[in-house]
Amino acid sequence: MKIAITSKGNTLESELDPRFGHCAFFTIYDKTSGGFEVIPNPYKGNEEQAGTQAVKFLKDRGVEKIVSGDFGLKVKPLLNSLLIQMIVIKKPNTTINQIIELINH
Amino acid sequence: MARLKIPRKVMNPPIVRGFKPYGKEQGADNFESITLNFEEYEALKLCDYDMYNHSQASAIMNVSRPTFTRIYASARIKISKAFVEGRQIEIEGGKVYFDSEWFRCSSCECNFNNPHMQEKVTSCPLCGSKEVSSYPSNNEETATEDTCYCPTCGFEKRHQHGNRCNKELCPTCNKPMKRRGRQ
Repeated sequence: MKIAITSKGNTLESELDPRFGHCAFFTIYDKTSGGFEVIPNPYKGNEEQAGTQAVKFLKDRGVEKIVSGDFGLKVKPLLNSLLIQMIVIKKPNTTINQIIELINH
Repeated sequence: MARLKIPRKVMNPPIVRGFKPYGKEQGADNFESITLNFEEYEALKLCDYDMYNHSQASAIMNVSRPTFTRIYASARIKISKAFVEGRQIEIEGGKVYFDSEWFRCSSCECNFNNPHMQEKVTSCPLCGSKEVSSYPSNNEETATEDTCYCPTCGFEKRHQHGNRCNKELCPTCNKPMKRRGRQ
């Protein structure tokens, strides 16, 4: 199962990005194999439709869960219809490492 | 131009696409079916199955209370018509958007939704802890000017619409409370 985490930097020590569509990087973590890949967000600079295009981008990679700080009004119903689970973490300064540790509990 | 309809939130879509009558008299089966909208199905479910009052149910569907009452009335008219005339009911259409329920995990302080609505949520998807509780996405309380008070110790709180004060117990002295403001 693949889980996407929005991140501010391209290392595991970087923090969770509180935005979804305009985040800097997506860390896609594969729970079954334990591997991960960091992809820069191609829609970061978009003024419009960044969120919806990012959803499509992640859906094509087989992501089933997305961890972020918040999701936009257009993105929420879209993710609902695609049956992708949203996980919202409001706690500031959470690093990607901490989230991966939580997932592996 | 008429004012646009506000999209109604549907949290639990029906598990069937419609209902068919059986045991009809001969010649009575060429009736057209009746279309029940998703919003009408949801209104009926919230009101008569989940036993919410119109005010609470309207908040869940994200419409005003009078609008909810109209949707509910239309649902009952359609269903009674289908029953009396022996027609088929199809559940489809309507100005709706689907939303799933949101939950909160108290162990890792995250919120998450449940897109697979048929499955029950038992543990947090992130940390796996069992301390999850439901988290209303629009938790604006329908408060009125009235207050509830305890006649024994004088404890007061804001009255919440739909809650019966005389059925509630005071949190400090466990005596029944009363409502102030309505004469």
